[in-house]
Amino acid sequence: MIVIDGLTKRFGPFTAVNHISFSVARGEVLGFLGPNGAGKSTTMKMVTGFLSPSEGAARVCGHDVVSDTLAAQRTIGYLPEGAPAYGDMTPLAFLRFIARVRALKGVEAERAIEAAVAATELQGVLEQPIDTLSKGFRRRVGLAQSILHNPPVLIMDEPTDGLDPNQKHEVRKLIKRMSADKAIIISTHILEEVDAICSRALIIDRGQVVADGTPAELISRSRYHNAVTLTVEGQLTVQSAEILKTLPGVVSMEVTPRGSETVLTLFTSRGTSATAVAGDLTLVDAVARVARENNWIVRALYGEPGRLDEVFRSLTRSDIDGIDANQSEKNVA
Amino acid sequence: MRELAAVFRRELGGYFATPLAFIFIVVFLFTMGAFTFYMGGYFESGSADLLIFFNFHPWLYLFLIPAISMRLWAEERRTGSIELLLSLPIPLWAAVLGKFLAAWVFSGIALALTFPMWLTVNYLGNPDNGVILAGYIGSFFLAGGYLAIGSCLSATTKNQVIAFVVSVVVCFLFTVSGLPLVIDFFSSWAPQQVLNTIASFSFLTHFTAITQGVIDLRDIFYFGSLITVWLVACGLVVDMKKAG
Repeated sequence: MIVIDGLTKRFGPFTAVNHISFSVARGEVLGFLGPNGAGKSTTMKMVTGFLSPSEGAARVCGHDVVSDTLAAQRTIGYLPEGAPAYGDMTPLAFLRFIARVRALKGVEAERAIEAAVAATELQGVLEQPIDTLSKGFRRRVGLAQSILHNPPVLIMDEPTDGLDPNQKHEVRKLIKRMSADKAIIISTHILEEVDAICSRALIIDRGQVVADGTPAELISRSRYHNAVTLTVEGQLTVQSAEILKTLPGVVSMEVTPRGSETVLTLFTSRGTSATAVAGDLTLVDAVARVARENNWIVRALYGEPGRLDEVFRSLTRSDIDGIDANQSEKNVA
Repeated sequence: MRELAAVFRRELGGYFATPLAFIFIVVFLFTMGAFTFYMGGYFESGSADLLIFFNFHPWLYLFLIPAISMRLWAEERRTGSIELLLSLPIPLWAAVLGKFLAAWVFSGIALALTFPMWLTVNYLGNPDNGVILAGYIGSFFLAGGYLAIGSCLSATTKNQVIAFVVSVVVCFLFTVSGLPLVIDFFSSWAPQQVLNTIASFSFLTHFTAITQGVIDLRDIFYFGSLITVWLVACGLVVDMKKAG
């Protein structure tokens, strides 16, 4: 439903988005990840017709966003970064304005507003000017606006930013509930969110796609994928732990003293698909046996699925290198 | 049309949702009255018409109209709501025109509220009400011209103060282009043709012609085409900003 092909955006000499291509099908929730200034928001602004691409094309439900902007925009519900709204209006008046623009009339409009208000739990603040609302409520007004016309395509720039943990949970539930018959793109910095609601994740850095896959696939790129972590009482010397390195499948080991305990992490080679390393015996079992034989007092022992934040860090460097891409994005908006 | 109406309603409602409308109208009526009665010496003039009243309009509009127009686009850019507006399925012309019409109707409401002037002059004497009506129509078009200029300049920035100052300057140039202040600058070297062209851009020339009671189609055409040109420019500015 969303097809993006070679989309590029340049601001003067700076390339914010560099030949990005991907597509999102109905039923998919695409998590758009990347450091600040990687080009997430710029990409979304181009897909929603707010910015014109310098190169490339984007089609939404078959409509080209440049040559057939209005038709594309009708199929999109968009929550811009920071959830801007008209602060002097009340949420009710604001939603009525959106309904009019979206060609919803009379009973149909009232029903759509009611549904959106219920989904975002805005009932208590409908008559207060948006300017006087808390950040969380303002974000929910933005959400309500974006889902009002039950669009087949939903594009949300940081939908849970500024919400408290309970509200975050509710919004994620809402997105999950809607995901069955929609194509959804959300951008986020929150990696747990990707695991919680996204069926696919796209990591972009310096305007380019650096990873594209299901959250599980991305996690499997982590060097912690299928690693085993053991915490034992007391200071364990490297020599005494050396035996762990000889276990089948182990390629390296890290020993970190932490207070009165020692944390040992055993890394397996990236190709290792499961924790089964020798017949029925898993690496966790093998480590447990070694610990028993050496009379170590075990505090914790677990296999790791992988760490998304570590994958994210290893793939994205633009925020660290001090490229202030966000600044040039802001200047335009 | 539906989108135009939606933008128009939202914008016009926006004026009255805040104290802005109230304050503007009060200041507008107060300065109009003060200028007419004190600076214009309305009673001393002893004539039963509103010429003195209308003669002040270009100069008061010069500051009051940019105060309305400065927020039209600059405010949207500052708060980021422009991203919402331009990603909604609203044709660009409908957004530009809807905003302009709302501001124009608002200034029309303020102008209409000067009706006690009309009552006063009718109470004191027997004025030619046709001429007064022409004056009001001329004043309304004059406000439209200033608003169109201000609207375009507001689209170029997110800073309302800049929008205001630049609008005042440009409106001033359009107001006085027929006066010696501007003409003298060109008269020493420019051919008569150019002088006439510059002078014909003057708001004052066309406005004064209308307030005399003669609604000449050329004057209406002047204001109509001026508004159109500036609104088209406004649309182009908004569209250009999309390209980054």
